[in-house]
Amino acid sequence: MRDSFREIWVYLAATPLLGLTMTLGAYLLGDWIYRRTNKHPLFNPVLLAIIVLVAVLGATHTPYPTYFDGAQFVHFLLGPATVALAVPLYFNFSKLRRLWLPLLGGLIAGSLTAAISAIGIAWLLGASPQTLISLAPKSVTAPVAMGIVEKLGGLPSLTAILVVSTGILGAVLGPWTLDVLRVRDEAIRGFSIGVASHGIGTARAFQESEEAGAFSGLAMGLNIVATALMLPVLVHLLGLR
Amino acid sequence: MLQSVTILLLFQLVGEVLSQAFNLPIPGPVVGMGLFFAALTQPWMRSDELRQTAQNLLQHLSLLFVPAGVGVMLHARRVSEELLPIVAALVLSTVLAIAVTALTTRRLVKMLSARRDARAR
Repeated sequence: MRDSFREIWVYLAATPLLGLTMTLGAYLLGDWIYRRTNKHPLFNPVLLAIIVLVAVLGATHTPYPTYFDGAQFVHFLLGPATVALAVPLYFNFSKLRRLWLPLLGGLIAGSLTAAISAIGIAWLLGASPQTLISLAPKSVTAPVAMGIVEKLGGLPSLTAILVVSTGILGAVLGPWTLDVLRVRDEAIRGFSIGVASHGIGTARAFQESEEAGAFSGLAMGLNIVATALMLPVLVHLLGLR
Repeated sequence: MLQSVTILLLFQLVGEVLSQAFNLPIPGPVVGMGLFFAALTQPWMRSDELRQTAQNLLQHLSLLFVPAGVGVMLHARRVSEELLPIVAALVLSTVLAIAVTALTTRRLVKMLSARRDARAR
């Protein structure tokens, strides 16, 4: 019986079906726990899903590429979802037109703060130069951050997890930070979360309101441009390269 | 729904082609988002169906980051060796970036509206 179970597992592990089903299942479980805890920020569904999946893959000795063969179908949807962000943004166009100058100022200040403070803190605590470069673009959405880091000589796959971690942190700590600072405007709340924590923060902002989500998506898009332009200069100025 | 998904994929495709062709530092889907935003200013591009499809897709946006996040297992060693600098940098810089963005934006909104009021008077 045990042998045949192993055979079935080996067979299933080789098809995309298992990775895909596990991803959706783990996320649904995470989302269920999140709602059961009254949406407590620490029980972020993405975080829970990642913990469950890493535990299952570790216990079954399944390598990441095997898992990703199935999970790539979910991963692929990031592209069309990014395009779809234009829709809520369009429906908030009038507010966007009124706020564009303050938002631009906030973007530049926030984007610089994210990169400089991350590099500075990690440097003070003794991180290796490769880790420092891989940390720098962590507030930008994963595919872009990985592209930037590759050009600067960091580790793209390390950047990917730093980006996801930053997103989860922004989703967990962002609303709390903004409450402490008494920032109530939905547009500013969403925008700030989007600058610091890209798509995962944006997903969280959509839970606050469609307006917050739309401005978070806008911030995510603009921060890509800002970071792509500023980071190579910054890394050069800091003497990391 | 099928129509809306096709429209989204088309814009991503065009964005991807432009990004590659001109060697832009901005990835294809983001270029596609910009183009799609421009297209939505045309009334014939907008439909309830499109809005609904976008909403459905964005509702589960966070699910889409799970596969990349599971990649943490590839770097377990480096992350555990440099755990303190990495965690401290991520936590503090994320909170700082959110605070600085919000406070700068709010200050600028107030400054601009004060100037507008002064001009109106």
